Amino acid sequence: MLEFQNVSFQYPQDSRPMMENLSFSVEDGAFISIIGASGCGKSTIFRLINGLEKPQKGAIFVNGRPIEQIKQYSAFMPQKDLLFPWRTIEKNICLPMELQNISKQEQKKRCQQVLEEVGLSAYAKKYPKDLSGGMKQRISFARTILAGAEMLLLDEPFSALDFLTRVDMQEWLLKQWEHFHKTILFITHDVEEAVFLSKSIFVIQQKPFCDMQSIQVPLAYPRKREDLKKKEIVDLKEQLIQKLRQQEAKAI
Amino acid sequence: MKKNIPAFLLGLLLLGAWQCIAMGIGAAYILPSPLQILSKLWQLREILLFVHLPATMGVTFLGLLISVVLGLFLAVIMDISPKIENALYPFIVASQTIPTTAIAPLFVLWFGYSIWSKVLVTILITFFPIVITVYDGLKATKREMEELLMTYGATKKDIFIKLKLPTALPPFFSAIKMAIPLSIIGAAIAEWLGAQSGLGYFSKRMMTQLDGAGVFAPIVLLSMVAMISVAIVSMIEKKCITWRKEI
Ligand SMILES: Nc1ncnc2c1ncn2[C@@H]1O[C@H](COP(=O)(O)OP(=O)(O)O)[C@@H](O)[C@H]1O
Ligand SMILES: [Mg+2]
Repeated sequence: MLEFQNVSFQYPQDSRPMMENLSFSVEDGAFISIIGASGCGKSTIFRLINGLEKPQKGAIFVNGRPIEQIKQYSAFMPQKDLLFPWRTIEKNICLPMELQNISKQEQKKRCQQVLEEVGLSAYAKKYPKDLSGGMKQRISFARTILAGAEMLLLDEPFSALDFLTRVDMQEWLLKQWEHFHKTILFITHDVEEAVFLSKSIFVIQQKPFCDMQSIQVPLAYPRKREDLKKKEIVDLKEQLIQKLRQQEAKAI
Repeated sequence: MKKNIPAFLLGLLLLGAWQCIAMGIGAAYILPSPLQILSKLWQLREILLFVHLPATMGVTFLGLLISVVLGLFLAVIMDISPKIENALYPFIVASQTIPTTAIAPLFVLWFGYSIWSKVLVTILITFFPIVITVYDGLKATKREMEELLMTYGATKKDIFIKLKLPTALPPFFSAIKMAIPLSIIGAAIAEWLGAQSGLGYFSKRMMTQLDGAGVFAPIVLLSMVAMISVAIVSMIEKKCITWRKEI
């Protein structure tokens, strides 16, 4: 379980804090989306969980322990694939395992498994430049999985993809989530994407923010595209869009 | 191959023009013709190839080797520590404002006609582009990639080996390709200024004898060596770097 307790944070060069006394928690195995206007601090939440930034006040816990004391509790997947162009696909996927000094044999085994999972076994020896945008994101996801963490932090992973690829990738991601049983935190600015994917949605509404409104999505898994046409889902989407627009209006 | 044809034709044209002008002037001590230079080269082949070329190559090789080691070392420590960078960078740039040819005779005073006076000139001319290019290469790593590695728990050393080195490899090859001709020029200049053997020295001696073709012949030889060396490095580069186009 992930827990923020009264976390306050401000970038040194900013005049206002990003978040103040923020508390929230995420259950194991959940699929949570975080939405909010751009610049409101979504990525910053991930940077705090990653340990790339330290909160000025408060603390972050994973399974009851402060994150400073534990390792490999979360794995981050950025918006750009950030695959290393000089490494083959296989070597790219093995990167986090290399850093954990996992044996070569074990690396190879897990790499083959995950490549099969993501359906790209044929590309093991290819380079990132040989792959399409969607394939690269799948490889980037495979690399994230093999970082060996129970919690995945996905920061707008599909926002650079074209519409059809994005839709495919969303369905694909749900399958992967069901397969790997990980906790997923997913940042997006696309309301429909958030509704389709997540169990519940956290909405950031002010700046600085001190809480996030949590909204349950009334849909069971596995989900289908058609579910998005249901009345309550259409209403939910409308309601979310309203919230985001209010926030934009306040910002101006 | 096809794209080289225009360059080849232009080269022929220029050589032809040179030949005509030289024949028009008709004084080899002012402007020797390409054919005269070639025949001189052939005539002097033994002494040029087996006495003076090895001398110059010795200086070039030592100078280049030390420049590469020194350049890489400086680039790496400047990348590791901003303090060292702040301390060194101005001096490295300042070293380029030294009029090398003017102080080279001083080196002869210090080291005599030994190889080291010439190697020093070569290093002064060569190491700068290596430091700067490799240093910029190391700095050019993407912040996002570095942070991604940090989220995987990478140490500074991991980041250096797995990210910085590969990013700096293409600039490193560029630096070497720049450094080869520079080191040859450096060695030749050094020999011109004070030496008892080497192609630069030989060229200068021919100058005093007003032997125009004899001045040019060693220079042509040096150019050929430089071109061949760069071509070899380019081939190695192609083998090592398969991804350059993508960045
Ligand atoms: N690495 C950083 N260093 C300094 N300031 C940053 C950094 N990342 C984001 N910021 C600041 O935070 C703001 C956006 O935060 P971010 O969490 O990236 O928003 P979001 O992901 O919701 O678009 C920016 O306007 C900038 O001022
Ligand atoms: Mg962001």
